[in-house]
Amino acid sequence: MVSAIGEVLMRAHVVALLLVVCLLTPARSEEAPAGGGSVPSVHAQIAYLGKSYAEAEPLSLVDKIYDDKGVQGARVGIVEDNMTGRLIGHDYKLIEAIVAEDADITVKARELLAGGVTMIVADLEPADLLIVADLPEAENAIIFNIRSSDIGLRHDNCRRNTFHIPPDWAMRADALAQYLVWKKWYKWALISGERPKDKDFAAALRRSAKRFGGKIVAEKTYAYQGGSRRTDTGHQQIQTQMPLLTQNLGEHDVIVVADVEESFGDYLLFRTFEPRPIAGTHGLIAASWHRSYEESAATQMQNRFEKRAGRIMTERDYSAWLAVRTFGEAVTRTASTDLAALRTYLMSEKFEVAGFKSQGLNFRSWDRQLRQPILLAGPRALVSISPQEGFLHPKYLTDTLGYDEPESKCKLKN
Amino acid sequence: MQIEELSATTSGPVFMQRFAIALALLVTSAASVQAATAFISNEKDNTISVLDLETLKVVKTVPVGRRPRGMVLSPDMKELFICAGDDNRLEVMDTATFEITRKHETSGPDPELLDISPDGKILYIANEDDGLVTVLNREDGKALAEIQIGVEPEGMAVAPDNSVVVATSESTSMAHILDTKTLKVVANVLVDTRPRVAEYNVDGKEVWVTAEVGGTVAVIDSATRKVKLKFGFEIPGVRPELIQPMGVKFTRDGKRAFVALGRANRLAVVDTATYKILDYVLVGQRPWHIDFNGDGTKIISANGLSNDVTVVDIASLKAEKSVPVGRLPWGIVVKP
Repeated sequence: MVSAIGEVLMRAHVVALLLVVCLLTPARSEEAPAGGGSVPSVHAQIAYLGKSYAEAEPLSLVDKIYDDKGVQGARVGIVEDNMTGRLIGHDYKLIEAIVAEDADITVKARELLAGGVTMIVADLEPADLLIVADLPEAENAIIFNIRSSDIGLRHDNCRRNTFHIPPDWAMRADALAQYLVWKKWYKWALISGERPKDKDFAAALRRSAKRFGGKIVAEKTYAYQGGSRRTDTGHQQIQTQMPLLTQNLGEHDVIVVADVEESFGDYLLFRTFEPRPIAGTHGLIAASWHRSYEESAATQMQNRFEKRAGRIMTERDYSAWLAVRTFGEAVTRTASTDLAALRTYLMSEKFEVAGFKSQGLNFRSWDRQLRQPILLAGPRALVSISPQEGFLHPKYLTDTLGYDEPESKCKLKN
Repeated sequence: MQIEELSATTSGPVFMQRFAIALALLVTSAASVQAATAFISNEKDNTISVLDLETLKVVKTVPVGRRPRGMVLSPDMKELFICAGDDNRLEVMDTATFEITRKHETSGPDPELLDISPDGKILYIANEDDGLVTVLNREDGKALAEIQIGVEPEGMAVAPDNSVVVATSESTSMAHILDTKTLKVVANVLVDTRPRVAEYNVDGKEVWVTAEVGGTVAVIDSATRKVKLKFGFEIPGVRPELIQPMGVKFTRDGKRAFVALGRANRLAVVDTATYKILDYVLVGQRPWHIDFNGDGTKIISANGLSNDVTVVDIASLKAEKSVPVGRLPWGIVVKP
């Protein structure tokens, strides 16, 4: 009884204190207390929710196999959020919650949400992501997809509580298409794998061709049974198979390849029937991050990451880093962890996050996908950055990449 | 011939007067022999271009450490301090001989920009990779302190009265005010995204901080340590994301400021009383840092993407000449 009264009193006291703090603190404090208060005023908990999915191994032995893609980026991000937070009395905690592929994701998700962890960095495939997003407890959560390029998630399957950091297949295909058209390589021969993600990217390439004046002059699918990247005598077979695959494609300027699952894409390079460049998932690729990228202070990010993680920064690491930084930016600027305030801020004109792309990045209002310039990289060096010169848009040039507002099937009210 | 005329035809006072004029002319021409020199750091070439501002010719290209960016001149103008980021050190150039005389490995990792105390004794260096400000003793190159600030420190400005140093951190989007006596952070001021350069105005009452990605300048009141106001830039026909405010310099009379606008390829001319933009001057591609010539009649921009510097006449606000230097010119410092 006594303790209950005590608790009520305590609570009333806390509420009164909060009110005082609210009254004293402007919504967007320009000046922060010096040196960081000893008692942080804002605590932000960010969950890294993922599954350890079995992934296709990269074909090239040059690409190392990592089982911690993504989470390493989040770890660097949280250190940076705390470096900023420390100065203004905010602190951040990263809760790593990675479960087995066959685990029921709802168990971990519910546990986090019940514990009040409502800022979620989701390293999940689309089906699992939607299960989490649709949990009643997650209704007001803020979820950042950092893994999937699935168009559906930003389209018919979009969710009010889910934002997308990596570019989807459409943005990537458009980024490539603009460059190919700028090069006047209009005639494309499309070779795609037969797995679902290969088909998704192939469909995006077809759409991009139509959008930007390219023409798919021939199409082939290829079902190379991969599975082992170690093939001691493999190259002779590949050397005879690839010319066969790329024969009779008609007159074409470039071969575009959709092999997301790494079963043959790299084998096309230098082995085509006619001497042609390769673009798509291999050869010239479209990505939000690449080790060869150094502009706009990207070098600093590459160095910071490598120092902490002991390996190069992959695209998923970049997405996770950016997701954690986006939470940090929103908390810093609103001086709050209130979900409604954060969401309003993330969707507002005021929001921008810096991601080493020489411009502020923000979210598209219609599908909550991050606007960003896309890197075009060859196997060893950066080639270009899209959008390309001359592709215009009344609002954001980056909105020439992917589904623009009128084309979007995402019907969310903000 | 003039002297003949003088001696033949003039009486005392008139002669004296003419003599004085002649003397003045002589002094002027003697002074112009000591022409101002611009030092330009070429980030990609690992060199400093030494530009004679009288002839606008590069008189020497000095190899330095890797990725030279920020530079500062000692108050006695005898030494130029150069951040060689990728070699994690500070190099010191003798401004008379253009030789590198010392290298300080004590600069802290990845030094980017720096400033020096008005008495010339202490250097404050931004260490971009480690979120630090390194405080260095000029005399012996000894590191006196390392101060943790935000992520990616860059801008550095010592107050004219030497009381505080303003450091910016790009990723944290703050200007940090450090007390020069206690070497502690005494205030953190949130500004727009990716603050790059901090510069005190002529009377020291304001410090201007440029935000490269935010596209604005925050004017911080030195006394209250609060943002007094922010202003941005609008250029017809130039997309907002290309407007990247970077280097700032105030004219000697304090009435105008020049702000380099990065990929907008222009310098903005700002009225410091009203904070209104008076004009934009087209220069080379991606001007980052700027400095005045010896007598303050020209301003010169280091243009990263066109590998040159552009000389702008301040009275007419016209770009007069561009001079090729090394690859990726980043910083520029003029020894008057």
